[in-house]
Formats: sequence, structure tokens, C-alpha cells
Amino acid sequence: MPVDSSLVGRAYPASRPYTVTDERVRAFAEATGGTWSGGALPATFPIVLAFDAMFDFLDAEGVALHRIVHGEQKFAYARPLAVGDVLSATLSVAGLRQIAGNDIITTSSEITDADGAVVCTATATLVHRAPGEEEQA
Amino acid sequence: MSALEAGTVLEPQTYPVTRAHLVRYAGASGDFNPIHWSDRVATSVGLPGVIAHGMFTQALAARAVATWTDGADVVELGCKFTNPVVVPDDDEGVEVVVGGTVKKVEDGLVTIALEVTCGGQKVLGMPKAVVRA
Repeated sequence: MPVDSSLVGRAYPASRPYTVTDERVRAFAEATGGTWSGGALPATFPIVLAFDAMFDFLDAEGVALHRIVHGEQKFAYARPLAVGDVLSATLSVAGLRQIAGNDIITTSSEITDADGAVVCTATATLVHRAPGEEEQA
Repeated sequence: MSALEAGTVLEPQTYPVTRAHLVRYAGASGDFNPIHWSDRVATSVGLPGVIAHGMFTQALAARAVATWTDGADVVELGCKFTNPVVVPDDDEGVEVVVGGTVKKVEDGLVTIALEVTCGGQKVLGMPKAVVRA
């Protein structure tokens, strides 16, 4: 079933506040085979916040996670993230189109700090693979 | 950073990707989509098998950028996920190679065009990073 096109422009509630700690950054860096002992955070670390918001969105719309494939991801950073930041992501649906029965959902998540200042904007395109595609694949 | 001039070709970086990496990345990122750990679910939605998280591959691209730039602050990072990185259930996994070319150095910002391949095939579309020099 296609995702409802009236979602375009809709904004979802902010994800729960997330505190950036040394341990979380280190675990993230090590999970990609790297190391971290201070300094600049891994550039893709804000995806943790963006995922929180995306999963809330998919839950809210009743979309099964396993039918989602990531199509595109961009980050624009207003400032570097830092340990101690308390961050939250607010997702809005920027666009929706259908290609070959799949929904192409473009989302924009603004990641803000405890003062409400934007730290990073994460733009994601999610491909919702329509049921039945497996038979054609 | 002084070596980063327009046209500079950066030393390709090679990273292994195994199922164990994907499990660990799922935990660290919070992305537990089963297409990244269950062949049964992955094939049920038409994928060839378990695929790496797109964001895992993008994280490898970002690691290469950090290596080339001594951890410079990243201002922009982005790509399309054009081909899945299929990760077999064995000990060797696959290798992802991240190459890069400096496209522009302007106003204190360095733009790096990336090329990310697995098994000789490009897996990311238009991967790009902009860092503060």
C-alpha cells in the first residue's frame, strides 16, 4: 500500500533528547572499524539522532522497517557536534513520489541542541519497497 | 592540510566489511533493520542477501575523509546509495575502497569528490564531502 501523499509537509514530534557521551562516540567509531579518543566526532554520528526520528516516523505511519532501504543521505553541519551536547531531531516529510510501485520518501531532520539551535540538518531519502516486488526481482 | 589542492588525488583507503561489523554497527547506530542481519528477511524483500547499512558505507567514506584531512571539521557530507554492498556470511566478508579527489579549495573549504567501490563496482552515487581547511 502506498504511503499517503498528504504526509508531505507534515512535521513529527521531536525525538527524545539524546546526550552525546564519550562512550557513545567511541562505540560508534569502533563500530566502523575506527578509533576515537577525543577530537572531531565521526561525521556520520548524527545519523543516530536522525534514525530515532525516522523510526518514530515509520512507526507513526505503520511502515514496516524491513521494507525500507536507504536511498540517499546528506548532512549539513551548522557547527561540529561535541560531547556533552543534548540533541533532539525533528523530522518533516519534504517529498513523496512513487517509482515502479515503490514510495520514495524524502525527509529532513533538524538536529537541535538544548538551546534549540540547529546543529545539523540530515536529509534522507527512504525507499519503501512495495510488497510483491520480491516476485519480480 | 597543506597538501590539499584542487586536483590532488588522495590515497585510496580499503576497509573490510563482515557480518560482525554489521551487527556491531546496528548496535552502535540503533538501526536494527533485519535486512542488515537476516538473509531470510533480506531475500523476502527482493535483496540478494544481507546488505551493509548504507550508513555503514557512508561512515567508511567519512573515515577516509578524516584520515586524509587529519580529522578536519566536516561541513557537508552526502551520497546516494546506488548499489547495495552485499556481505556474505563468511569470515572474509568484502572490501570497500574509498578514493577521493580534491575538487575545490575556496573560502577555507575543501570539497572532496569521493569514489566508493566494492568488488570494482561503485556503490555510492555522487559521494562528496566538504571540510573546513
